[in-house]
Amino acid sequence: MYKYDNYDQAMVDARVAEFRDQINRRIAGEMTEDQFKPLRLMNGLYLQLHAYMLRVAIPYGTLDSRQMRMLAHIARKYDRDYGHFTTRQNIQYNWIKLEDCADILEELATVEMHAIQTSGNCIRNISSDQYAGAAADEVTDPRPWAELLRQWSTFHPEFSYLPRKFKIAVIASSEDRAAMRLHDIGLELVRQDGELGARVFVGGGMGRTPMIAPEINPFVKADDLLSYLEACLRVYNRYGRRDNMYKARIKILIHEIGADEYRRQVAEEFAHVKTLGIDPPLAELERISAFFAPPAYDAANVEPDRNDLDFALWLDQNVKPHKQAGYAIVNISLKPIGGIPGDATSKQIDIMADLAEKYSFDELRVTHAQNIVLPYVAKRDLYAVWQALRDAELADANLDLISDIIACPGLDYCSLANARSIPVAQKIATRFADMDRQRDLGELKLKISGCINACGHHHAGHIGILGVDKKGVENYQLTFGGSGAEDVSIGKIIGPGFDEDGVVDAVEKATEVYKALRQGDERFVDTYRRVGLEPFKEAIYG
Amino acid sequence: MVEFRYRTDEVTEQPSVTLDAFLDQSNATAVRLEPDDDARALIPFLDRLTLIEVAFPKFRDGRGYSAARILREAGYQGELRAQGDVLVDQIAYMRRCGFDSFAPEASLNPEAVARALANYDHAYQGAADSVVPIWKLRHG
Repeated sequence: MYKYDNYDQAMVDARVAEFRDQINRRIAGEMTEDQFKPLRLMNGLYLQLHAYMLRVAIPYGTLDSRQMRMLAHIARKYDRDYGHFTTRQNIQYNWIKLEDCADILEELATVEMHAIQTSGNCIRNISSDQYAGAAADEVTDPRPWAELLRQWSTFHPEFSYLPRKFKIAVIASSEDRAAMRLHDIGLELVRQDGELGARVFVGGGMGRTPMIAPEINPFVKADDLLSYLEACLRVYNRYGRRDNMYKARIKILIHEIGADEYRRQVAEEFAHVKTLGIDPPLAELERISAFFAPPAYDAANVEPDRNDLDFALWLDQNVKPHKQAGYAIVNISLKPIGGIPGDATSKQIDIMADLAEKYSFDELRVTHAQNIVLPYVAKRDLYAVWQALRDAELADANLDLISDIIACPGLDYCSLANARSIPVAQKIATRFADMDRQRDLGELKLKISGCINACGHHHAGHIGILGVDKKGVENYQLTFGGSGAEDVSIGKIIGPGFDEDGVVDAVEKATEVYKALRQGDERFVDTYRRVGLEPFKEAIYG
Repeated sequence: MVEFRYRTDEVTEQPSVTLDAFLDQSNATAVRLEPDDDARALIPFLDRLTLIEVAFPKFRDGRGYSAARILREAGYQGELRAQGDVLVDQIAYMRRCGFDSFAPEASLNPEAVARALANYDHAYQGAADSVVPIWKLRHG
């Protein structure tokens, strides 16, 4: 894991002092709420329906047990004893007091954490593959690159008042576990003639106009990358639309001028920016990479005993192969049947921290699907880990099944929402509570957003649910066929919407159609893509 | 009114003209850029300009930050002024982008500005100022 040096620490310490000063000036009336808003947002502080919400950055979703315990401590001391892990691999607290914020940031800074740029029209937290460093299929570990980008984008003077927010993801596998092409910039690290570089996709995103990012450059060398990204951002900062916030994301610019014209403008800007000497030498990437050296693996390759049936089911569903023999990747589901997707209590957060310290070389990851990963567990320890998780009600064996739902906070918390998301997630999970039934349905990614901003990634759901307000009544539209993975696609609305119970029924009917029509080991989304919408529509509306 | 100026030369007395007016004629030495204007149009004339004023009608509109960097990257040495909805917490970033004078519409508290400018000892990335980026400090 990356460790701060004195420079990094000084940056977050200075940020705490700066934000304390800003809050004081706001309370003293030296700033209007309108002037304060972008400043608090760049520190992840939102004003929601009932209270302030604070979003804390977990850079590329990686953290250690000490940091995880701090997250539990903050939930306990300043919030209502729980936190909510988000689709951008961060954590947010829903019941924060403005006057506590500077103290919270000060506590976070003691464990090399912050809330910098977790909101606002700036470059947000860099996201990545939750299996980085452990995945058998990676070309290299993407985290050093993500850390390089974190530092470059922190307090970037030119790109802090962009037309709109800006999200970057970095992956290094052909399997996309980070919804890379649904980001403003998606980077896929690849090797070309022995040299590492990035394949650059620009202009993806969800929201009200979902788009899949086109490839803008097939290969940018490591020591050109920051110049290239500056060029990408500068073209956007200068020409992105500012007349309408709903058309201000970079995807709209690229859609309007075309990928070819955008590519040409970036190439022209890059030719200039490259002369400025803003790219760190490769030695800086190497310095950062040293922090991500593989841990001291020492376990023999022993297969765990599968006699305990519940344990075996969890192994098959939530444990993934590791690049190192003798080790495995453990996924901890934060999707208990009937629970709130992504929520964890302080106690559960502490328990996960303890398990990471004892069994996973002190590391945890947060996934964009709102689960937690222990990336380096020796196979001999899997049973002990499972028992501890089971005792903490964290052993749901439902990874990627229909109850592993992504949901935004919705109208229960969010001031933008039109409809509630959480109760719909709870009802669907409860309807499909029978685990045999879930396993029979196989991989089925269901994602729920409570408004058109699509924070719940409904466009990328095999089944997506979008909550809208229809004349004062919550109404839910269904979309089928989306994917945030390497088979990336945008789901299509299947027809008129439903009320809360109606949408649960419709989802159930869709699964029945799938079961009747599936061939071989087809997933729901494969069957849908093969047979099309008609048979589903007939069953649901017929 | 110029409230903060980080230059020692004389203030230009000549009023600034619009970019269109400047490109049409002129021997003006002061020009004003609106957010829509392309700063690169000035590059052939930088030698004879002593003041470029960049308008910020709304503080949220960040195009002027790129305009400033483009001008400094092209070698402009004259006064670069941010005018309009310029707030305390924008000034440090504006300095980094090359602005060296500020004419905020609403008067700013000089102590708050001084604190904002002194808050960070270092910066992660190179920009248009003389701050040495942290990666360079690390690697000499």
